[in-house]
Amino acid sequence: MAFLWSLASLISLEGKGHYIHWHFIYLSVANFIVILLMVLVFLAALFVPFPGRASRKESK
Amino acid sequence: MSTTIERQWTTRLRKRATGKLPPEKALPDTQPAYVASWIYVFGVATIASFVMVILSGFILALRGPQWWHVSSVGHFVNSLHLWSVEILFFSMVIHLWGKFFMAAWRGGRTMTWMTGVVTFLVSIATAFTGYASQTNFDSQWITTQAKDGINATGAGSFFNVLNLGQMLMWHIVLLPLVAVLLTAVHVVLVRLKGVVPPFDDKTGAAK
Repeated sequence: MAFLWSLASLISLEGKGHYIHWHFIYLSVANFIVILLMVLVFLAALFVPFPGRASRKESK
Repeated sequence: MSTTIERQWTTRLRKRATGKLPPEKALPDTQPAYVASWIYVFGVATIASFVMVILSGFILALRGPQWWHVSSVGHFVNSLHLWSVEILFFSMVIHLWGKFFMAAWRGGRTMTWMTGVVTFLVSIATAFTGYASQTNFDSQWITTQAKDGINATGAGSFFNVLNLGQMLMWHIVLLPLVAVLLTAVHVVLVRLKGVVPPFDDKTGAAK
């Protein structure tokens, strides 16, 4: 449990939030990180080989 | 006698259903080779997280707000509900991107695509009413900010975000019912029409 508390203290939730403001785009850094993660996972889903794909193609 | 049985609505419905979607097509043993890609995993990941959302929601509904605000187990189930929703949207957006770039509406799959689109919109409304039903300062802030936007559309006359009872009922009864039904129709349509093949598929399945 103490380990979890120390993890939580890594990110300070006190004070103002951080935002990205570029022209009309205005979003929190947290949301930007989530979008970035989604793009990374999407690219990984396209390019990381699926287990057993080669054997399936052969059997076909 | 047999003609009477043939004309029964139960007989006709069963024959039509099993004719269009026989058991081996509804629950297939194998999938085409092109399905062996991570991009095809995110649809079922969305359904898996949706099941977690529903199950954790059942427990929250059983115990109520005081429990999820004060007890440690309540905090845990509340967090489970929230993080299942986060994973649901994360998976659903990647599923959407994948299907958009492979033009998943091809080959007579328009209804599959459209039920997915509507389910996505219903999920946003369900999540929003959930954020509005938390019964804390966060929900107070969200609803007081949202009311002006929703009132500006005119929807405020029947959809009052400051009415906690109404928001909770939309969140736990109406919208989940619609989301579950639409998801079921979406999955049945995927089974009926098959999983959309990639553009370069040479087996003739792509249209």
